Amino acid sequence: MSERKDMELIAELVPPGSRVLDLGCGNGELLALLRDRRRCSGYGVEIADDNILACAKRGVDAIQLNLEEGLAMFEDQSFDVVLQLDTMQHLRNTERMLRETARVGRIGIVSFPNFAHWPNRLRIATGRMPVTKALPYEWYDTPNIRVGTYTDFEVLARKDGLRVLDSFGIQDGRIVRRFPNLRASVGVFKFERSA
Amino acid sequence: MSSLGHVTPQSRHFAEPLPLRSGAQLADYTLVYETYGTLNAARSNAVLVCHALNASHHVAGTYEGQPRSEGWWDNLVGPGKPLDTRRFFVIGVNNPGSCFGSTGPMHLDPATAKPYGARFPVMTVEDWVDAQARLLDALGIEQLAAVIGGSLGGMQALAWALRHPRRLRHCIAVATAPNLSAQNIAFNEVARRAIVTDPDFHGGHYYEHGVVPKRGLRVARMIGHITYLSDDVMASKFGRMVRNGDYAYSTQDVEFEIESYLRHQGDKFSEYFDANTYLLITRALDYFDPAREHGGDLTAAFAHAACEFQLVSFTTDWRFSPARSREIVKALLDNRHRVSYAEIDAPHGHDAFLLDDARYHALLRARFERIAHEADAPGGPPPRTAPEGTQRAPEAANV
Repeated sequence: MSERKDMELIAELVPPGSRVLDLGCGNGELLALLRDRRRCSGYGVEIADDNILACAKRGVDAIQLNLEEGLAMFEDQSFDVVLQLDTMQHLRNTERMLRETARVGRIGIVSFPNFAHWPNRLRIATGRMPVTKALPYEWYDTPNIRVGTYTDFEVLARKDGLRVLDSFGIQDGRIVRRFPNLRASVGVFKFERSA
Repeated sequence: MSSLGHVTPQSRHFAEPLPLRSGAQLADYTLVYETYGTLNAARSNAVLVCHALNASHHVAGTYEGQPRSEGWWDNLVGPGKPLDTRRFFVIGVNNPGSCFGSTGPMHLDPATAKPYGARFPVMTVEDWVDAQARLLDALGIEQLAAVIGGSLGGMQALAWALRHPRRLRHCIAVATAPNLSAQNIAFNEVARRAIVTDPDFHGGHYYEHGVVPKRGLRVARMIGHITYLSDDVMASKFGRMVRNGDYAYSTQDVEFEIESYLRHQGDKFSEYFDANTYLLITRALDYFDPAREHGGDLTAAFAHAACEFQLVSFTTDWRFSPARSREIVKALLDNRHRVSYAEIDAPHGHDAFLLDDARYHALLRARFERIAHEADAPGGPPPRTAPEGTQRAPEAANV
């Protein structure tokens, strides 16, 4: 899996010139990419000190916040796009953050490791938890406390009144549109609030 | 150890009266300041450092013949430091009303030819910023690369962004707040009452009596000092340590180490700080509230800012807590201004802004690195245009 390639695929989902909020923005690489290639503006939200510093070095604006505390600082529909990439699975309050994403942004984009990817299924069939590139941790030390599947997210989106605008899997830096729940290690959803 | 070497304060006299928020004016005043580094040909690399309650224009470096005279932010400012004087022209100004050289209550009031004392006009953060702007006019600096300050200095940095939006490109406000809470004003009031009720205060005209209300100043400093430290740092530094190993069963002698520390701080402070200045500066803190003239709406207050912002707070700072910095961040986000915010997990309480925590300084270094690149850019730094409808503050019109 190429993280940079995944990022570029996801960046394609962001309309040029958008005002974006990147929740769990890491070192600010995506925001810099969106700024430089798609004329986007906006902010990242991060909790880790080293990432806040990396963002400062890139000239990307980042707000140091714990996402578990919610997004009270951000007004309703104040961003064109709110991104939550590879972040959701680390949050205790996953569903609340999803609702917050849809509240703050006109469009939400999430990506997460797909637990139903076939190598994971095989591993489970042998009686062991999967350890893969997308889920590289042992069960006892993983920060991924909310693992779900591509299909699980479709169910949650429906439950929370989110209208999926586009969705696909990513495997080896390529978009997977046929049987993504089986064939892709990463799931990507672009959605908006149903009216 | 200072890497800047010896520095020399300068002073400039201003004959034109400074109109103040209160409606009064400061006639005929002098500002004392220091500069470090060299102003570049484009005059685009100037950084103003605003001081807090008990500091001064002496930001960095030492005075010749005074080996232990490092400036108050020497760990941040100097060659190779986060605010690098090889790249920036750094300016520190002593605010009027202070007691380190600029016109203050101990100086002669031209109207009476006696020391101002309690008659010194009440100054606000905005008044200080206007005085600083006049100094920049005199130095030929139209636009600052950045204004930086912590605590009360951070309030001045914010006031710069609001009052003279086109005269700065970056506002760096550390450990500060959009206004003081009731609890904060309460601490200030205790300090002021300690001074005012000292029999040596003489209604503020103690200079004429040849005395100093030291007892009041000591208590004021002690209460202040408690609020600058975190409970944790006090616990780890002093805990319940007893001075002489065991209780002496005395109600008046120093028993606990923390008492000894506070008394020492109070004694030291009362030797060099002016009581009227303490009253004036704590009042300036109390009054600062940019949202007030916008019906309490901080977002509206920041509508016309035009610079980029960096806010920094410290997790254990309970005097200017992270929640207060977040209020500012929210107001900036609401206005779609460029803002970054770091919440540094440091144990030292409010004092942390003066210490050289590695994460804090690395962040400021990265920020100044970017500001320096802008300032050095061929063709000059990118223009800062205020959002539509912004009127230039009239105070800046005499540039």
